[in-house]
Amino acid sequence: MIPFLQAHADPIIWIVKIALLLFIVLTVNAYLTWFERKVVAHMQSRWGPHRVGPHGLLQPLADGAKFLLKEDPTPAGVDKFVYFLAPLLALALALTSVGLIPFGPDPIRIFGHDIYLGIAPPNLNIGILALFAITALGVYGVALAGWSSNSKYPLLGGLRSSAQMISYELALTMSVVGVLLIAGSFNLTDIINAQAKHPERGVFGWNIFPQLLGFMCFFTAAVAETNRVPFDLPEAESELVAGFHTEYASFKFAMFFIAEYTSMITVSCLCSIMFFGGWLSPFPASWTFTHYLPSLLLIPAGLWIIWDGIRYETVFGKIILPGVGTVLTALGLALLGGLAVPLLHSVNEFIQGPFWLLSKIFVFLFVYVWMRGTLPRFRYDQLMAFGWKLLLPLSIANVVVTAFVILMWGAK
Amino acid sequence: MTAELVIFFVLAALAVFGALSLILQKHPIHSALSLIVVMIALAGLYLLLGAEFVAAVQIIVYGGAIMVLFVFVIMLLNAGIEEHTNISKMAGPPGLLLVIALAGFIAATIARSTGTIQSVAQTGQLADTRSLSNMIFKDFVYPFELTSFLILVAVMGALVLAQREKS
Repeated sequence: MIPFLQAHADPIIWIVKIALLLFIVLTVNAYLTWFERKVVAHMQSRWGPHRVGPHGLLQPLADGAKFLLKEDPTPAGVDKFVYFLAPLLALALALTSVGLIPFGPDPIRIFGHDIYLGIAPPNLNIGILALFAITALGVYGVALAGWSSNSKYPLLGGLRSSAQMISYELALTMSVVGVLLIAGSFNLTDIINAQAKHPERGVFGWNIFPQLLGFMCFFTAAVAETNRVPFDLPEAESELVAGFHTEYASFKFAMFFIAEYTSMITVSCLCSIMFFGGWLSPFPASWTFTHYLPSLLLIPAGLWIIWDGIRYETVFGKIILPGVGTVLTALGLALLGGLAVPLLHSVNEFIQGPFWLLSKIFVFLFVYVWMRGTLPRFRYDQLMAFGWKLLLPLSIANVVVTAFVILMWGAK
Repeated sequence: MTAELVIFFVLAALAVFGALSLILQKHPIHSALSLIVVMIALAGLYLLLGAEFVAAVQIIVYGGAIMVLFVFVIMLLNAGIEEHTNISKMAGPPGLLLVIALAGFIAATIARSTGTIQSVAQTGQLADTRSLSNMIFKDFVYPFELTSFLILVAVMGALVLAQREKS
């Protein structure tokens, strides 16, 4: 058994990594729906899901079971092959793009193998281009779903979305050119490292400061690419029922749903990596005491959850919530133990990168949800005018100015 | 058989399969989808040759932008299954003849060439992005600019043609 594992270490590591990432991404997806419903509900003075499990925490599980068990009718007159291909394509492409994201700077050493966080190797020279390639193909999932359903609302939704995605892809690609010029590389790890050129500058070394305009163009275009509010015209309920996925039910619908939420995660990762320093800490590198921030956040959060759980009405909640709280508090205390124990210290150092990256990703996901709770939808002509007449010229101007500055004074 | 060779044959078979399917499919959308398969298989072949940038651009430009436009137009016109007219039926026999001639020509070229697929697959880092951009923007900058000028003219021509008549 052991020699077999050693002989085939690389493929085994890959498979384990892929399975692990799939599990994490799908779980995060499920809880993102919970988070979104909760946040939007509180913005609208409602409670949101709170029946299934304490604070509705088991709602995603119930939803998952519902998706699996619902009847899955195939409408008459659909183009069978394309109808089945579309959700598969959407989901596969969305999940592939997450695989290209590097999640941490340092490899874990297990049995003499350096294992990097993230599926793509850290020296993938075309990281960002590969992501754009996948985004470019992502249109097909939506467009083909709309076409193959043999129904007018999906067709209109598919047409709208292809037009929208083609239009905003230009601005999306142009807006990152500034970052690429500064970093001089397509490699995502290099792009992050270029922002760490002056470790003492901390947050002021990130690309967001020279590239504020680029970031605004990128985020707007990326929201449009993921078909989210305020650019969710392909699925405008009041006009198109549910847009391109009207005719899809059960798990095929869930696949589109998961694809959409996964691309939200990818976009949040990209925003953090390209403009907000990725896994870099916002503090100067010499402030090592900030390395205990994760534990200082975990302990109060854990204690609060325990306190909340004791007051909770249902017995289930009285058991689950204090349990979760205890685990979080213990985790925080363990990380704090790094002050004394060398092993815990190295663990604490190791999680710094992933901690900051995940925090930034979380902030962007919150912004997504926040926008959904706040902004009204664009009208179609406004959407097209905004993309072509404002976003594209702005991002091109950003490229020209950045290129000029770098030519005159060099990159930083 | 090395891994590269296996991947080469898989991608090559996929490309040929996609190209055949492109011709034989009855419905325009299916043909367009087959063409996308060809484009992506070609991108894989470029990647195998060490041309990462070209591979990515192949997918972004051909697999993404251009084919999306094809699919979009087919969807917009709601084109149905293609109909065979007399002239398109007549194109069959000469087409078959041309196919045989081309296949013979390619076979002859392959038979005469000395390089093996193995050696092609292992040329490695021939066209990394830096050397490619050096070539485009230093060595061949005038042809490049001329080409972009040509594209600009074509874009403006399309704009003029698409403009509505002033009443």
